[in-house]
Amino acid sequence: MAEEKKLKLSNTVLPSESMKVVAESMGIAQIQEETCQLLTDEVSYRIKEIAQDALKFMHMGKRQKLTTSDIDYALKLKNVEPLYGFHAQEFIPFRFASGGGRELYFYEEKEVDLSDIINTPLPRVPLDVCLKAHWLSIEGCQPAIPENPPPAPKEQQKAEATEPLKSAKPGQEEDGPLKGKGQGASTADGKGKEKKAPPLLEGAPFRLKPRSIHELSVEQQLYYKEITEACVGSCEAKRAEALQSIATDPGLYQMLPRFSTFISEGVRVNVVQNNLALLIYLMRMVKALMDNPTLYLEKYVHELIPAVMTCIVSRQLCLRPDVDNHWALRDFAARLVAQICKHFSTTTNNIQSRITKTFTKSWVDEKTPWTTRYGSIAGLAELGHDVIKTLILPRLQQEGERIRSVLDGPVLSNIDRIGADHVQSLLLKHCAPVLAKLRPPPDNQDAYRGEFGSLGPLLCSHVVKARAQAALQAQQVNRTTLTITQPRPTLTLSQAPQPGPRTPGLLKVPGSIALPVQTLVSARAAAPPQPSPPPTKFIVMSSSSSASSTQQVLSLSTSAPGSGSTTTSPVTTTVPSVQPIVKLVSTATTAPPSTAPAGPGSVQKYIVVSLPPSGEGKGAPASHPSPVPPPSSSPSPLGGSALCGGKQEAGDSPPPAPGTPKANGSQPTGSGSPQSAP
Amino acid sequence: MAALAEEQTEVAVKLEPEGPPTLLPPQAGDGTGEGSGATPNNGPNGGSGNVAAGAAAGGDGGTPKPVVAVSAAAPAGAAPVSGAAAEAGASHDRQTLLAVLQFLRQSNLREAEEALRREARLLEEAVAGSGAPGEVDGAGAEAASALLSRVTAATPGSAALDAPGTGASVTTAFSGSSSGPAAPGKVGNVAVEDQPDVSAVLSAYNQQGDPTMYEEYYSGLKHFIECSLDCHRAELSQLFYPLFVHMYLELVYNQHENEAKSFFEKFHGDQECYYQDDLRVLSSLTKKEHMKGNETMLDFRTSKFVLRISRDSYQLLKRHLQEKHNNQIWNIVQEHLYIDIFDGMPRSKQQIDAMVGSLAGEAKREANKSKVFFGLLKEPEIEVPLDDEDEEGENEEGKPKKKKPKKDSIGSKSKKQDPNAPPQNRIPLPELKDSDKMDKIMNMKETTKRVRLGPDCLPSICFYTFLNAYQGLTAVDVTDDSSLIVGGFADSTVRVWSVTPKKLRSVKQASDLSLIDKESDDVLERIMDEKTASELKILYGHSGPVYGASFSPDRNYLLSSSEDGTVRLWSLQTFTCLVGYKGHNYPVWDTQFSPYGYYFVSGGHDRVARFWATDHHQPLRIFAGHLADVNCTRFHPNSNYVATGSADRTVRLWDVLNGNCVRIFTGHKGPIHSLTFSPNGRFLATGATDGRVLLWDIGHGLMVGELKGHTDTVCSLRFSRDGEILASGSMDNTVRLWDAIKAFEDLETDDFTTATGHINLPENSQELLLGTYMTKSTPVVHLHFTRRNLVLAAGAYSPQ
Repeated sequence: MAEEKKLKLSNTVLPSESMKVVAESMGIAQIQEETCQLLTDEVSYRIKEIAQDALKFMHMGKRQKLTTSDIDYALKLKNVEPLYGFHAQEFIPFRFASGGGRELYFYEEKEVDLSDIINTPLPRVPLDVCLKAHWLSIEGCQPAIPENPPPAPKEQQKAEATEPLKSAKPGQEEDGPLKGKGQGASTADGKGKEKKAPPLLEGAPFRLKPRSIHELSVEQQLYYKEITEACVGSCEAKRAEALQSIATDPGLYQMLPRFSTFISEGVRVNVVQNNLALLIYLMRMVKALMDNPTLYLEKYVHELIPAVMTCIVSRQLCLRPDVDNHWALRDFAARLVAQICKHFSTTTNNIQSRITKTFTKSWVDEKTPWTTRYGSIAGLAELGHDVIKTLILPRLQQEGERIRSVLDGPVLSNIDRIGADHVQSLLLKHCAPVLAKLRPPPDNQDAYRGEFGSLGPLLCSHVVKARAQAALQAQQVNRTTLTITQPRPTLTLSQAPQPGPRTPGLLKVPGSIALPVQTLVSARAAAPPQPSPPPTKFIVMSSSSSASSTQQVLSLSTSAPGSGSTTTSPVTTTVPSVQPIVKLVSTATTAPPSTAPAGPGSVQKYIVVSLPPSGEGKGAPASHPSPVPPPSSSPSPLGGSALCGGKQEAGDSPPPAPGTPKANGSQPTGSGSPQSAP
Repeated sequence: MAALAEEQTEVAVKLEPEGPPTLLPPQAGDGTGEGSGATPNNGPNGGSGNVAAGAAAGGDGGTPKPVVAVSAAAPAGAAPVSGAAAEAGASHDRQTLLAVLQFLRQSNLREAEEALRREARLLEEAVAGSGAPGEVDGAGAEAASALLSRVTAATPGSAALDAPGTGASVTTAFSGSSSGPAAPGKVGNVAVEDQPDVSAVLSAYNQQGDPTMYEEYYSGLKHFIECSLDCHRAELSQLFYPLFVHMYLELVYNQHENEAKSFFEKFHGDQECYYQDDLRVLSSLTKKEHMKGNETMLDFRTSKFVLRISRDSYQLLKRHLQEKHNNQIWNIVQEHLYIDIFDGMPRSKQQIDAMVGSLAGEAKREANKSKVFFGLLKEPEIEVPLDDEDEEGENEEGKPKKKKPKKDSIGSKSKKQDPNAPPQNRIPLPELKDSDKMDKIMNMKETTKRVRLGPDCLPSICFYTFLNAYQGLTAVDVTDDSSLIVGGFADSTVRVWSVTPKKLRSVKQASDLSLIDKESDDVLERIMDEKTASELKILYGHSGPVYGASFSPDRNYLLSSSEDGTVRLWSLQTFTCLVGYKGHNYPVWDTQFSPYGYYFVSGGHDRVARFWATDHHQPLRIFAGHLADVNCTRFHPNSNYVATGSADRTVRLWDVLNGNCVRIFTGHKGPIHSLTFSPNGRFLATGATDGRVLLWDIGHGLMVGELKGHTDTVCSLRFSRDGEILASGSMDNTVRLWDAIKAFEDLETDDFTTATGHINLPENSQELLLGTYMTKSTPVVHLHFTRRNLVLAAGAYSPQ
């Protein structure tokens, strides 16, 4: 009969020590063991009885949780006075104490000073009960509105992915098109019977997973079209909206396979064509999909990982590797892979170890180009401190030699130099915090040199800085810190008070500052009218003196005077310890004429930060206004400011995230005219 | 229980066509009924069975006295009172018989003992069979008390024995010493009064064997059953649970604590999982002292566990027990179980599983045999005025074309008298007021716009979410015209919302009213206070969570029931409390207005459902018989019956006219939390904590369907206006729609099924499920179909 349904019931009773404790608290010192035992039985029984009654009140109260008031009512049933002073708290912290061989659980009640209570301001009045109506279903279909849960919850998607045969499709799919499904199943069965030649199947019921129907409704097709077009189109505002939709919309489950294919195919095509901008857009889509809490991506990870990996380690991602900032894409994609690992790596699929292997293999290879090398290191570094510690640190010396040979050696190829330079700064950036944690404080240049070879001194100074920063952060947690992945560059800022129609070329920057914006525009060479001198963008952060939190990131476009060949000769960044110079200038004087609409009379200050790695030595051209083409009016394909805004917000959030609202707020202008801060 | 029910002719219901129609309280009720509260014996019990108790107080020593018992089995408190005189003589007889039986047993005169027992049983059955009203007169206290020990409860008017005398003793003998004072329920807090009942109840456990042998007995039986033929095994397996319980209780009662513990440990795992809740109660019960006042335990003792077993299987069992001289088990079978033997094929495991699960086994076959008038009342009151009104309507609206065909259809429908309908004036119903007629007309108009539902045309669902309720929403109701929603809350408030643009207005204060020109045409408008009109009115008055709420059909009144033991009637004109109905001394879980207004029913923790009229402060009927809390109460659409769902996992249908229990439905595996009748009155749907919805055919008294799908308590059930769709809402945050037409389509109502009650349920839940709609963490507390077949669902959002 019921052997299979074993019940687990056991008659637990309170320990008799509890009785002693209670007795002691009431002033009865000596209590016999026998009495204790009797009391225990009785008390346990009564407590259970009351708990069972309380359960009744919970059920009738249409709740899933037992509350203290349920106990009160149960006591009332027994004509016992309820316990006053216990409120329905979510969590009652029982404290544990032991001593003298006794163990005790108690509820800590603090003594409260009445005057404290009187003096504290009244808490806010809780909201009153209100009634809200929405459509749960319209003629059998559940509308996808915020009031309704997502059509296919993540667990269900997971269940379908992992146990396709077991998963009865609940929800809409099961009921609405039930007939369709039923027919599908029956035809499948029919076929099964016809083909039922193999005797193997005869005993077991022949079960086929009903072919899932991947048809999109007309609305969904339209949505898909709009979203994909917006994501790779030229309008940044639209793209931001589209990405926002991908990241939050609960009903994308059915379109997921299409998005996944779109991305992987897109990457495949655009890598070949070296279309950096599109690659970045696609990666931002991946990011948005990952951010959507209602999607279960595991089924599509196999398509997404190769695409993302390609964007990290591909030898060439853009048309002009010396100018374009494909590094940012690699960084971003590396962060994505790290995120994928974190979410989806299991002991069965071993995603993380497989990815790590791939990276290590390409890094170790002598012939690997610097771009791939950079990607591999970035990919590894993003996987966390442990990976850095075990895989990167041991190779620092070797890598340092390689970098030195390129940087100090004869100039063979400019591209190699840039690559080596980036690899170096990447290593410094990621290793310094790890080292700062690993090594005890006295940082000795020589010790570092001994351990890490040519990178040693640089590392040392970075570690020192990392420590200082950590200390600073500990002090001021709330302060927004501006972390820039580049080695701290100098900041050049010159004033150009004279108004003019052209953007004052105040800030002349070599192309190698490589803000992605610039490279993106150059990548989409066809779009802007003047393709040859890629306009660079600067980030002007205006901060009103009142609130530092209301920083607004503005973009301002200038252009590098020449093509990369002259100015981009990488400056030795041997001055990493140079602190960023931030000058606060009053609006009236600094604001470039094109940014004229500065708040009149407001005491705003713009902090103009530029991030060129141009050393002081090369700073000369920055001082005199060089011929600058008029600001490009074409909107930047990638929210440059958004990108940096993202960086600024938090180090770990990938740059092309939709960005801070601030960044977006300034974005719609698109052109170089900054807006006054509020 | 001295108060015995009488045939209907004696029911003190005067059906007066004129004057305020009233279902008068049974005659005994007035005068002594509530007055018996003064009797010291009865004091705290006053609650249940006071009608009977009052009668008993008047009757001396079981002298037959024609009183209408609310229900023969009204268990509580009445017994000790009635027992006062009657028991003295009766218990003597009982003891005599017990002594004889014991002697026979000891001297191994098995046959003689058997014969005596059988005779007792036969007599008993004859008595039960003669239950037809009119055959009997007089009442034997002892006979009643013997009957009382059976589950069936409300089988009034069934005893035809003389007052305590020779005949009675035989009956008594059968019922063993477990007879009489069946006080399972709310014996109040007076332990003294509790005492005699309990000891009487428990005395049966006194005779006992060697405690160490119990495990052997049980495993011996288990071995025997498991080795028996398949066809018998399923049937005999039903014995496990009741035997287990009674053996355990015997051990506990006789203070063999350790044996009891090890017995429980060893065998509790064998029991079916749906008994888990009861087993949990049992497991905590380890001492004789605990048995006093433990309601679950008393339920086992006072009611016989009913098993249905085929004759073959029973013979097999009997032979086995006799061969093994397994007296212990045989005694339990004899004394604590009621084995309902039927001829024919043994039932299959599925058939058994479908029906078992209740606290006291299945319903006896004869319990569901009485005739139920499940048809709808034809509405002559409506028809005549309807014509008038219709014509008026035509004149007013000038749309005669539309009206004509509809009127005809309605006319023809109501002219065809439903053969299953009760006589029109079986229960006196209130006369229709003009406003009611207007409402009926509105209803008709809406009906024409009603959406025809079906599997291809599912209704839309509009969900009303109570926000910021902090898990405090305990009851919801919606008016029939879907204009108002009421919420009962754990903070004792009742809140009424208007969900139409029309705000809620109350009547002006008396001082303002005096200023109104009473002659003006729009005086009814003028008396309303526009200044205080709002969308929400809060009604204060209860002192505990409000567990039930119900609007009157005319939307003038609102009922609410609460933990504080009262049912309150509120006026929706003044938004004040009009009456507090006191009677239930314990939390009142549910209340509902009759579909015709005026009457209402309430059910609560005291295990009885009470039937009230709004203008009486005492209940007109008390429906007693459930062995645990009455969780939900619903009126049949014809207002002649009331269905109650209980925590004892049974559903009972009560006849309002005479208070009889006419149907007992077993099959749920958890406390029942929702009930609904189909609009045509033929079917009943019930939902329980086990997440299943069961469908019942009222006329045949059979289970006709099982809807599986919910994963948590089914809190709300509702049929669409034409009965095509059944909507169910649950604590698992879903609303599900089921194809009711298909579910009732091809019912197996052949004679055999009807006669035996053996049912074969089709496994077609998945085919019947038309839709599942998840909410965002909002349990679905209430469901309602508007007159146009739009579903309104309601619940409180509970953040995780």
